Amino acid sequence: MYTAGIDMGSRTVKVVIIDNDAAGAPSVKKTHLMFPGDVDGDAAADKAYDDALAAAGLRRDEVRAVFATGAGRKTVNFATDSVTEMSAGAKGVSYFFPSARTIVDVGAEEGRGVKTDGNGKAIDFAGNEKCAAGAGSFAEAMSRALQMTLTEFGEASLRSDKSIPMNAQCTVFAESEVVSLIHSATPKEDIAKAVLDAVASRVCAMVRRVGIDKDVVLIGGMVHNPGFVQALKSSMDVDEVKLPEIPEFVSALGCALLAAEARQ
Amino acid sequence: MIANYGYKDGSGEYYISIDTDRCISCAAGRACLTGCPKGMFENMTDDYDDEVVQVKQQFRRNLAYDCADCKPSGGHASLPCTTACTPGAIKHSW
Repeated sequence: MYTAGIDMGSRTVKVVIIDNDAAGAPSVKKTHLMFPGDVDGDAAADKAYDDALAAAGLRRDEVRAVFATGAGRKTVNFATDSVTEMSAGAKGVSYFFPSARTIVDVGAEEGRGVKTDGNGKAIDFAGNEKCAAGAGSFAEAMSRALQMTLTEFGEASLRSDKSIPMNAQCTVFAESEVVSLIHSATPKEDIAKAVLDAVASRVCAMVRRVGIDKDVVLIGGMVHNPGFVQALKSSMDVDEVKLPEIPEFVSALGCALLAAEARQ
Repeated sequence: MIANYGYKDGSGEYYISIDTDRCISCAAGRACLTGCPKGMFENMTDDYDDEVVQVKQQFRRNLAYDCADCKPSGGHASLPCTTACTPGAIKHSW
């Protein structure tokens, strides 16, 4: 039996198709990520799903259930059900790390902390409904101000050992702080570290609302930024933050697993 | 599950926490829905198919302002929502 999960994020659409009849445990058949650009939600979900099916060599009628999550989950009109990002993330993380108790999910526009019970169920969560300064788009905007790619930005921050506090809570004001640092000839790597420390600090404040219990797992696109991972570890004062193999697909995977459970 | 709705900004941390385990079998007859003068709460079915209450989306970014009238500075001795919620499922962080 095949089931699918679609994570309609604010920046990208992620699709995961799983084979629930694989020996031992459900296995990931195909992952697919799409930047929708200026395509609207309905069309983006359709295209991403069809592309994923084509890559997996499957037809729509071979997939028993499709669950959707993410900011745009209501726009996936062919989904059989939808679940919140917290439930999807908790389920997806339990697939990779059954020992996980605290999940930090940092995507493009939102960050959140989720506490799980060890069985893939969310028992406590906190997000930030208002501010983008604790999310990936903040880091992206700041890397643009430094005329660096996100990869260069993350790697540069690791070369700095300076601690420059950024006081601005808002992306707009923070950018002007970055410009001031550029004008005062502060090395780019120090500015990059200051920005990622600031994002980590805001994310950490959210996670502390639900409490930090080991194991801590980070999911979402910011996993690909090594500077942020380092900053988060320091901010949360933990030795290890576990990183899944396919961090941006974890919530879509959780959806596919929940879809399979609903069908059994 | 404890659901925290709200945000942190430069002026402080503004979250309304709802303990959905206490909310499922509400002994107060969902008094919070009418107890809040601004009608900030609504029923919803969560991912585990339980009927619980959540803070409406449109209020989640303005809690500091929308709840201000019910704080002591607004003349209230206690919050109408937490008073109405006798199971003690609703808490404010500020």
